[in-house]
Amino acid sequence: MKPSDHTPIMRVRDLTKTFPVASSGLDRVRGLPAKSVKALTGVSLDLLRGETLGIVGESGCGKSTLARCLVRLYDADSGTLEYDGTNVLGLRGKNLRSYNRRVQMVFQDPFSSLNPRMTVGQVLNEALAVHRLRSSREIPGRIQELLELVGLPKDASERLPHEFSGGQRQRIGIARALSVEPETLIADELVSALDVSVQAQVVNLLLELQERLHLTVMFVAHDLRLVRHISHRVAVMYLGRIVELSSTEKLFSSPEHPYTQALLRAAPDLDPSRKNTLEAVHGELPSPLNPPSGCAFHPRCPKAFERCTLEVPKLEARGLEGHESACFLYEPSSKFKLNLNLLEKP
Amino acid sequence: MNPQTATTLLELRDLRTVFHTARGALTAVNGVNLSLHEGEVLGLVGESGSGKSVTLRSILRLVRPPGKVSGTVLWRGTNLLELPESRLRKVRGGEISMIFQEPMTALNPVLNIGEQITETLQEHTNLSSQDRNARATELLELVGIPSPKERLKDFPHQFSGGMRQRAMIAIALASNPKLLLADEPTTALDVTIQDQILKLLLRLKDTLGMGVILVTHDLGVVAQTCDRVAVMYAGRIVEVAPASELFAQPRHAYTLGLLNSVPGAQSTRRPLIPIPGAPPNLANLPPGCPFSPRCPYVTNACKLEQPALQAISSTRLSACIHFDRLEPVNAQPPPEVQP
Ligand SMILES: Nc1ncnc2c1ncn2[C@@H]1O[C@H](COP(=O)(O)OP(=O)(O)O)[C@@H](O)[C@H]1O
Ligand SMILES: Nc1ncnc2c1ncn2[C@@H]1O[C@H](COP(=O)(O)OP(=O)(O)O)[C@@H](O)[C@H]1O
Ligand code: SF4
Ligand SMILES: [Mg+2]
Ligand SMILES: [Mg+2]
Repeated sequence: MKPSDHTPIMRVRDLTKTFPVASSGLDRVRGLPAKSVKALTGVSLDLLRGETLGIVGESGCGKSTLARCLVRLYDADSGTLEYDGTNVLGLRGKNLRSYNRRVQMVFQDPFSSLNPRMTVGQVLNEALAVHRLRSSREIPGRIQELLELVGLPKDASERLPHEFSGGQRQRIGIARALSVEPETLIADELVSALDVSVQAQVVNLLLELQERLHLTVMFVAHDLRLVRHISHRVAVMYLGRIVELSSTEKLFSSPEHPYTQALLRAAPDLDPSRKNTLEAVHGELPSPLNPPSGCAFHPRCPKAFERCTLEVPKLEARGLEGHESACFLYEPSSKFKLNLNLLEKP
Repeated sequence: MNPQTATTLLELRDLRTVFHTARGALTAVNGVNLSLHEGEVLGLVGESGSGKSVTLRSILRLVRPPGKVSGTVLWRGTNLLELPESRLRKVRGGEISMIFQEPMTALNPVLNIGEQITETLQEHTNLSSQDRNARATELLELVGIPSPKERLKDFPHQFSGGMRQRAMIAIALASNPKLLLADEPTTALDVTIQDQILKLLLRLKDTLGMGVILVTHDLGVVAQTCDRVAVMYAGRIVEVAPASELFAQPRHAYTLGLLNSVPGAQSTRRPLIPIPGAPPNLANLPPGCPFSPRCPYVTNACKLEQPALQAISSTRLSACIHFDRLEPVNAQPPPEVQP
């Protein structure tokens, strides 16, 4: 399936989020400046109506922070976020609630996001009541519909979360998100905690629901194989920035950014005949407290040259149309073509 | 490696570990027979709860009450399960070392890394105090820790996750083990760091001539690192095969189910082929083949008697009655999607 059309439903521009880090007493006595983690540094992307956009990257690169900023669980420090033409960062009260109904987040840990003392029926009831989508008379019927939609048994509404397996709890989380009839789902490591056989069940459910309900999905995960399977397009993050964004096929067949290349080489191949004895990439992930200058990947990059240490490469089209990367090895195609990004700004 | 000519390093015979709990007896390891050859990397793979960790811990008698281990663990001719505790301690952390998913559970937070290495060296080698210090630096260098001499004085919390894993490996190697038991050593790590650690382990195995049992739930890790694979389900080994043969054509319906569940490269956005249902309750196994309630190939014969793990070729074992009827990986039509 291809996304139903290619208009962006969500536009993210230059989103930045910094977390303060508690400094030690000694640092304060010495008068050292307060430290902070730059979790997101100028993230820009479009989420297209009806697509699944995968977000991959290693731990700490900012995937969850991005997801949380998009649903306003975190307030971004700067940048803009537009949804269906509305400025989301300015929303308050009723308008924010309405946005949160249209854009729902499904969490990583099915345990922690469910109240252990509420039955599944109560969990769904609460979600439905908050947004007043159904009259109280209609709610029981809607709950049965939802349970059926996500493949849970009818009697599930009477039971508590701990009575379900991991895969079933994840279905409950999805049912709760879907209860308010959202247009967009932001799924953060939705199936990461599940065993592969159960993971496959939940992935199938997600694919099927997306078709049936015409959902737009942002699928955040660290598992490349899974993201490849499920996404139309993929964004690769490294240390708070997107370093490459492309259609899934192009990203996996001809990755441009050396980090993407390393990530793909490092992911263990299921074919034992394709063994590689060399490390995909040397060195550790740098500390986000003290990110490297220039391209954050340069200390680990086998192809880095002087410019990489001095200047931050921009995420832009550098070759194939619709394939953006942030690496100086490639000349930006905007030098020759009209740059659409510039047109948007007054 | 040809199993007929290779020397057997470790042999498990009818290994059984039962936890006697208030809810009844739970058989976590259920009659496991398995052997490891010298210099071999054997993968032990299966989903969570299948008994992989308990199997590893049972080898070294690290299972605490109410767990009870029986059977035979034959290590270079001696049954470890019958060895007096004092002699077992020489083997544990000596000839056989173990590493874990969470290095912090194995590392001592109040000793620096150097002290932890020299402690092991003191217990398991005859090196002088001076030689021990030199050896500790060597070991850190061996596992790829930069400025090893300086890092010896660091405490575990001063290391990153990947470096901690390297430090734990260095401690495990201090005794010159002949066998390394590795329980999900890279599961908590990022993929580029996992790749580094796995390649490190393979290099070390070659230079030090160790055997390795690698427990993992990740089939990609198995494909990239193991010579042979044992697949575990509900406390039992259901299939053993050289890695290349296993991935080419599984010979147990559960292995086929596992491989089908993993998203492949070609099948973008098509439904995957999951295994229906969930693993059985270990305190109350179904009769016959433990996989039969979830198996698409099940027949009456499967439910009558527990199929034994049998040789099906010169290199492979399977406990599946229908081992010769299984389709190739990803060949089954996708199942009906649940309503
Ligand atoms: N609430 C928070 N307070 C302080 N730091 C945070 C918080 N959330 C995330 N961070 C930091 O921001 C960075 C990005 O984290 P996160 O978005 O969780 O990454 P990912 O989901 O990709 O693993 C990390 O360095 C993390 O430690
Ligand atoms: N100390 C214990 N007491 C009771 N049951 C246990 C104990 N340790 C493990 N088990 C049970 O044994 C089974 C196998 O566990 P484990 O070997 O850890 O699985 P795996 O490593 O394959 O995920 C599980 O059902 C687990 O709950
Ligand atoms: S910009 Fe330079 S350092 Fe960064 S990935 Fe490209 S070549 Fe490597
Ligand atoms: Mg996260
Ligand atoms: Mg385990």
